[in-house]
Amino acid sequence: MVERIDVYPTHIHEGYKLRPGQTLPFGASIVPGGINFSIFSSHATTCILVLFEKDADKPLVEIPFLEEFRIGNVYSMTVFDIDYENIEYGFRMDGPWDPKNGHRFDKTKVLMDPYAKVIGGRDVWGTNPDWDNVYQHRSRPVLNDFDWEHDKPLELPIEDLVIYEMHVRSFTRHESSKVEATPGTFAGMIEKIPYLKELGVNCVELLPIYEFDEFEDSRRSPITGEMLFQYWGYSTVGFFAPKAGYAATGKYGMQVDEFKNLVKELHANGIEIILDVVFNHTAEGNENGQYVSFRGIDNKIYYMLTPDGYYFNFSGTGNTLNCNHPVVRNMVLDCLRYWAAEYHIDGFRFDLAAILGRDQNGAPLSNPPLLEQLAHDPILAKCKLIAEAWDAGGLYQVGVFPAYGRWAEWNGKYRDALRKFIKGEENLIGEMASRVQGSPDLYATRGPTASINFITAHDGFTLMDLVSYNGKHNEANGWNNTDGANDNDSWNSGWEGDTTDPGIIQLRHRQVKNFATILMVSQGIPMILMGDEVGRSQNGNNNTYCQDNLLNWFDWSLLDKNADLLKFFQKVINFRQTHAVLRSRTHYRHADYVGSGIPDISFHGTQAWQPDWSANNQHTLAFMLSGDHAKGGKVHDDHIYVAINTYWDALSFGLPQLPHGRRWHMAINTSMPTPEDIWQPGSEPLLGDQHTVWVGNRSVIVLVGR
Amino acid sequence: MAFESSLVLENGIAKITLVGELDASVAPQFQEKIKEAADAHAQKLVLMMEGLVYMSSAGLRALVYAKQKMGAQVKIYLIATQDQVVEPIKQTGFHYSVIMLPSYDASVIEG
Repeated sequence: MVERIDVYPTHIHEGYKLRPGQTLPFGASIVPGGINFSIFSSHATTCILVLFEKDADKPLVEIPFLEEFRIGNVYSMTVFDIDYENIEYGFRMDGPWDPKNGHRFDKTKVLMDPYAKVIGGRDVWGTNPDWDNVYQHRSRPVLNDFDWEHDKPLELPIEDLVIYEMHVRSFTRHESSKVEATPGTFAGMIEKIPYLKELGVNCVELLPIYEFDEFEDSRRSPITGEMLFQYWGYSTVGFFAPKAGYAATGKYGMQVDEFKNLVKELHANGIEIILDVVFNHTAEGNENGQYVSFRGIDNKIYYMLTPDGYYFNFSGTGNTLNCNHPVVRNMVLDCLRYWAAEYHIDGFRFDLAAILGRDQNGAPLSNPPLLEQLAHDPILAKCKLIAEAWDAGGLYQVGVFPAYGRWAEWNGKYRDALRKFIKGEENLIGEMASRVQGSPDLYATRGPTASINFITAHDGFTLMDLVSYNGKHNEANGWNNTDGANDNDSWNSGWEGDTTDPGIIQLRHRQVKNFATILMVSQGIPMILMGDEVGRSQNGNNNTYCQDNLLNWFDWSLLDKNADLLKFFQKVINFRQTHAVLRSRTHYRHADYVGSGIPDISFHGTQAWQPDWSANNQHTLAFMLSGDHAKGGKVHDDHIYVAINTYWDALSFGLPQLPHGRRWHMAINTSMPTPEDIWQPGSEPLLGDQHTVWVGNRSVIVLVGR
Repeated sequence: MAFESSLVLENGIAKITLVGELDASVAPQFQEKIKEAADAHAQKLVLMMEGLVYMSSAGLRALVYAKQKMGAQVKIYLIATQDQVVEPIKQTGFHYSVIMLPSYDASVIEG
C-alpha cells in the first residue's frame, strides 16, 4: 500500500514539528506520527495551541496556529512526536473584549477544548484542586479503541423498559455497599449489577456523568460545617468526557475504558443505559463566572445573550447554551453521536429540554431544528430520546413537546396527579383515568410510549419522604430552607418525619406499595428513583444537589430494614414484565376488536361496569384490561382488574364477570402484610367470592383473570 | 524505571517477561514481541508480570492487542501481577479476558 504523503512535518516551532492539520473532526485526534488539533472560532483574531506536560502548572510550549493553518473559521494543526499519554492541551484565543456585543476574549486564559474526550484536573473525586494552577480543566487526547467484543446497544422495545434513575457515586459510596472497587465509581457500580437484575429493572438512567466540577460553588454548610459540593453534576464542564472522579481509574486517566466496561457489563446483563445530558447551560455561569472554554472561544456563538450582551438565564443557573445556532447544534449532534457510537449508549434524557426548542433570542420555535435533527439522525436512530419538557424560564411543554414521532418525555402531569390522588385529594378521578392509560389526553397521536411515568426523581422527595413529610426540610443546604420545590403534593401519614409509631410506619409502607403498583400497571414507561425500592429517605430534603453524604448515598442496610418493600418492588416489576397487556405501544380503543367478549379497557366503580365520574366519587377508581387485546390482540394474556381505594375506610367493589369460564385470582393486595401483599405469577390464590372484593383503606388490589 | 521485555518460545507456549513501566512510549516494543509469538503460532501466551511496576492505558491496549493478535483460542495468563497493575486491569474489565495466577503453575499452564 502506498504511504500517504501528508503525514510528514512541514513546519517547526521551538523544536516541535508541525503541519497544517485536518479540520475535521474537531478536537484532538491521534493520527500517524502525532496529534491533530482542530478548533472553531468565528470571532477570534489569533489562536495558540498550549501544550502542558501532564499535571504541570506551566505550559511546555505555546504554538501559534499560522494563518495558513486556518480554513474558514477552523484552526487546525498536526503536532508530531508528542507522547499522547503525557500531554495536556488547551487554547489561548485573542479577539475583541466587547461584552456589549457579546465578545469576551481574554488571551490570558488557557481554554479547554469543547471537544475534549478526556479531561484532567479533577482526577479523584473531592481532592482539593490547586487553585493557583492557570489551567483547571485540562483537555487530554484519547485513543477511542476498546475491546467491545460482541457488544452493541440493546435496542430493547421502549414499552418494555423499567427505568431506574440513579447517581453513580451515591449508589456505592456508602460503606455498606461493601464493593471491592473504589466506592462511588463506575467499577463499583459493576459489582452491584446483580442487585439491579434481581430488582428487575432493565434500564439505568444515570444522572450526569459528563465531566463536571464538584468544587463549583463548593462551600461549607453553615449547619454541619460539612463541605457542600456540586454533587449531582448538572453543570457541564466538558460534553464529550466521562467524569474522571467517577472512575476508580481516574487517577490513571483511564476513565474512558472504565466507563465503557460498565456499559459493556450492563449490556451483558440485559440492562440498557441512558445518560442524563445537560445541554441547556454550562459550568461557566453568568458574566461573573469563570472561563473554562466556550466563553473565551466564541462567547457570542455558544451562549444566548441579551441585546446588551448579558446572559439569558432560562436554565436558572446563569447562562443558556445557544443550542439552535448551527455551530452549537452540530456540537450537540457530534456529542450525542460520539456517545452512541463510541460508548454504545442506548438513549439520552435531556435536562430542561424545552430550552433546546428556543431560538437564539430565547423565543420558543414551532419547528426547532435541533430537536428535529436529533429525531432523524441516522446514528441516533435507535436511541431513546427523552425530554424533560420544561425549563426554568417558564416554558412548560408536557404533552406538546416537538416530538417528530421520536421523543418521549418525563410526564410531570402523571407525577402530580398520582401524588395528589394517593394523598387523598379530590376531583382527580377523570385525570387519573387518563394517566393510567398512558395519558392519551396528552399523547393522542404519539402513543403511551411518549409518557415516561414517574412519581419521584432526583429533583424532589424520595418516595419514602413523599409519605413521611408534609413540607421540605432543606436546612442542610444552607439556604434557610428557601431552595427546592414547595409544591410537593406530599402527605406525612400523620407525623412529620421519623417515627416509631407502628401504625404510621405501616401506612407509609402501604402508600409506597400503592404508588409502586399504580406505576407498574399504568401504560407508558415506568421510572423509579434509586433507593425508593428500599425506602431511602433524605430526611425530608427535596433538593440534595450539594450533599455528598448520607442524604444521597444508598444505604445498603435498608435492604434488610425494609425487606418488605424490596420484595414488593421486585415482584411488582416482575408482574409488569409478565403481563404484556400492561406494555402497549398504542392507546386503548375502548372497544372489543378481537372478539374476546370485553373491551380492551373498561372502567368500573364500586359497582361493576358503573364507573362513577361524578363529583360524589373522590376516592375510587377501578379498571379492567382484556388480556386478549395484549399487543393489539397478537398476544394472549390474563385479564387484569385494578381497584384503587384512597378513602380512609375499606370499600367493597363489585367485580365484572369474566367470559369463557375464567376466574379472578388475587395478585396484589397492598393492605395485606408481606408476603401476602403480592403473589408470584402462577401462584395467585383464587378468590372465594367472584362477585365482590373488599379493598382496604388507602389500598390497591390487582386481580388476574384466567 | 526502564521497560524491558523478553520472549521465550517453548512447546507452543510463548513466555514474555515484562519489567519496568509499560506506557505509550514502549508499548510498541511489547507489541513486537506479541507479533513474534503470534507468528510462531504459540498456543498459550504467558506474561510474567512480577517486575512490571506500572501500566498505562497504552499498556492495557497492548494486552488487548495480544488477545486480538493471538486469536480467541489462545489462552493468556498473567503471572504474579502487582497490585497497582491489577487495579486498572480489573476496573476496566480486562481480567475477564485473561487468567490471572499468583505464580507460574505448570500444572495449569502446561497441563
